[in-house]
Amino acid sequence: MSLQRFALFLLVAALCCIIAVPVMGDYVLTVYSGRNESLIGPILAQFTEDTGIETEILYGGTSAVANQILTEGENSPADVFIAQDGGALGALAAAGMLHKLPDATLERVASAAFVSPDGFWTGLSGRARVFVYSPESLDEHGLELPTSILDLTGEAWSGLVGWAPTNASFVANVTAMRVLLGEEETAGWLAGMIANGVQAYPKNTPIVQATIDGEVVGGLVNHYYLFRFLAEDPDITSTLHFFPAGDLGSLINVAGAAVLKSTDQPYDALALVDYLLSDTAQEYFAQRTYEYPLVATVDPSVDLPALADIESPDIDLSDLADLQGTLEMIEESGALD
Amino acid sequence: MQLADAIRPRLKINGRHHARPRWHVGNRQLAQAVSLAVVAVVLIPIVYLILGALGAGQEGVDYLIRARTLRIVGNSIALMLSATLFATLIAIPFAWLTSRSDLPWRRTWLVLGLAAMVIPSYLTAVTYTEAFGPKGILQSLLEPFGVERLPGIKGFAGAALTLTVVTFPYIVLPVRAALLHCDRSLEEAGQSLGLNRWGVFRQIIMPQLRPALSAGMLMTALYCLSDFGAVAVMQFNAFTRAIFIQTESYRMDKASALALLLVGMTFVLLLLHSRMQLRGRHYRVGTGASRHLEAQPLGKWKAPALLFCASIVFLGVVIPLLILFSWLVGHTITDPVQVPLTLLLQNTVGVSAVAALVVTLAAFPLALLAARGATRFNRWLVNLAYAGNVLPGIVIALALVMFATQNMLSIYQTLPLLIVGYAIRYLPFSVGATESAFHQINPRFEEAARSLGLSPWAALARITVPLARGGILAGLALVFLNVMKELPTTLILRPIGFRTFATRIWSAYDEAFLSSIALPGLVLILVSAFALAIILRREEAVA
Repeated sequence: MSLQRFALFLLVAALCCIIAVPVMGDYVLTVYSGRNESLIGPILAQFTEDTGIETEILYGGTSAVANQILTEGENSPADVFIAQDGGALGALAAAGMLHKLPDATLERVASAAFVSPDGFWTGLSGRARVFVYSPESLDEHGLELPTSILDLTGEAWSGLVGWAPTNASFVANVTAMRVLLGEEETAGWLAGMIANGVQAYPKNTPIVQATIDGEVVGGLVNHYYLFRFLAEDPDITSTLHFFPAGDLGSLINVAGAAVLKSTDQPYDALALVDYLLSDTAQEYFAQRTYEYPLVATVDPSVDLPALADIESPDIDLSDLADLQGTLEMIEESGALD
Repeated sequence: MQLADAIRPRLKINGRHHARPRWHVGNRQLAQAVSLAVVAVVLIPIVYLILGALGAGQEGVDYLIRARTLRIVGNSIALMLSATLFATLIAIPFAWLTSRSDLPWRRTWLVLGLAAMVIPSYLTAVTYTEAFGPKGILQSLLEPFGVERLPGIKGFAGAALTLTVVTFPYIVLPVRAALLHCDRSLEEAGQSLGLNRWGVFRQIIMPQLRPALSAGMLMTALYCLSDFGAVAVMQFNAFTRAIFIQTESYRMDKASALALLLVGMTFVLLLLHSRMQLRGRHYRVGTGASRHLEAQPLGKWKAPALLFCASIVFLGVVIPLLILFSWLVGHTITDPVQVPLTLLLQNTVGVSAVAALVVTLAAFPLALLAARGATRFNRWLVNLAYAGNVLPGIVIALALVMFATQNMLSIYQTLPLLIVGYAIRYLPFSVGATESAFHQINPRFEEAARSLGLSPWAALARITVPLARGGILAGLALVFLNVMKELPTTLILRPIGFRTFATRIWSAYDEAFLSSIALPGLVLILVSAFALAIILRREEAVA
């Protein structure tokens, strides 16, 4: 092909592109999602199929999306915000940007711990922070399972632990540490982990992979990632450890949703939130993302301790709103260097 | 050499042709007006960057002078210097072997070596983490020799390796062109005066390569400073990654403070480079018929030379492709989100084509001013159009987000804004290619056409443009190629729900859905290779 023909081809391609750009009607529900598409995308597509309400979805990190909504303010095109943790929802509620949800919606959730105390947001699914580890590697290094997340700064674990310092769930976990332990001790823990040669990963999934490959013995992740690997290969031996006795490492957080005050489609927005709490969606969360469903009528699909049996630290999820402060602390600690 | 011209960043317009045809006033004014408009758009990011950084105030200053930020500066400089050095050390022998030696299958080696530049840095980096990871493929090959675990290549080593491999073609291209144009008689004179082959290379050939080499090295250095993919994947805290982390948590003031510092560093680099160029004297090759270059026999060096070329091709092309293929067929976790490949192809090619055309059209009046109306004012105008060279993609994207959210919410998260982002970034490529094409046209042709009664417009349309066509189109293809691979600009500026190969690969990587990286990755490489092949074929035709 000559350059001329190539240029002609580009011209045609460009024209097609311009023609093909869909003219979006105003009547499209705009969803800002802090949850990754692989987790929430399929059920949102199902929502459109079942209700006929079209959606456009912005995906990003939870704190990024929350901050984006805060920056956009009144002008935000978002109608619904789906977050990976209660803290980001709490931050928007505190900024007065969320609609109160009707009681009928909130009452679907079995435990009051997983909805906003003031009714500004609802949890959709539960996720526990856990220690994923490979039993073989544990034996190989002659290690015992840690009883607390604070033990991981010990010499024995030097270079053998993985974390994902920019991941929203991790940030929420550290925020909980700040609330319960105080600033100084939390910063000390971060510094201790880094001094102990903790391995940084961009996300949770590669940490699970790293335990399988033997790159690290264990890592701090949300509980459900391992089940994605197990679904593909049941022979994987990596397994989960829940820190006992209300340790900070076993924080239970929620993925949740809220309706923006600035929405121009409050009914459709609420319809989406209600849909995500319906049995259909809750079963999706249980079976496809391996999270804890939050309504009484649906059970977890995988072999997990019951949500009520996990000794989670005692904390109000809305109090985890200062993600920004945690991000700064993590950055200051040198975890991103 | 349009390609080498297009990718040669510079601060000043070369004053190669000083013959200035008398220009019709209306013509020039129009070109100037359009150029002004283009440059105004180009300046938006810089203005918003400064405003954003000022918004950070004293806090921003404190942020920039703390030790952690200085480490980012150090990281970026170290990465830039080492990758540029390594790339140069590979590129010079590679260029010589593929142009002047009797190496078997010279052309094949050249094409395969250059192919490394069609693989985006983020893809190369992702495949390297698999190949050279602590428990990667290399480790499993070394297992029989008792290697339980490798140190891994995340961080500096991985970023430097990746950038060396993906940037060395940018040095090979100009250096090879210079080698082909070297004056053979000088070398013969050197030999007759008793220099051995190494002496000839060091004392005769190297000085002639200096301009090409310095242009290629500058290009590589700029690439390293602005690259996002490799440092993000390797988790090496260079500027672009630090800026992205701030952007991701929407801390725009800190992000702009960092970005401004990066732009400053890039600018200083360009300034130093232009100073160096001014100081050195590069003698021109004598006129007269140039002698045919006969291939230098390699003799006993043939085997090492082949091994050298093979390892470069292996690192740059074979490893990434092999690993992508293995992910394609290997059973990795199935991604619940399936995006049709045709949709990705359509989006990627479509938006890149629009961007390439927009850039080419915008570059046209600027190149015209540079080549035919070089007044002091116009010179500055054209220099400003080269701003894209000091503005990494992530910086442009960040600044345009601030611009759109504060002033033009209606274009926020739309395709036009994305196109503008691409255009600012790659305008220099197109201006460079078009300008050099114009320079190669003798202005007497246009004057003759005018004297025969053609209007200025008709002379432009019927004489200048057809003659410059090849160069303009090469610039077009080059912009197309680069926009297709562009990651950070696309990630940050794309409309909601808009996906390209780059964004798809990125989100699949994020979630470790390796099979979802493989197919888009391979198709992207294929399409890019096709575009590069067309550009290179023209190169050959011109040379």
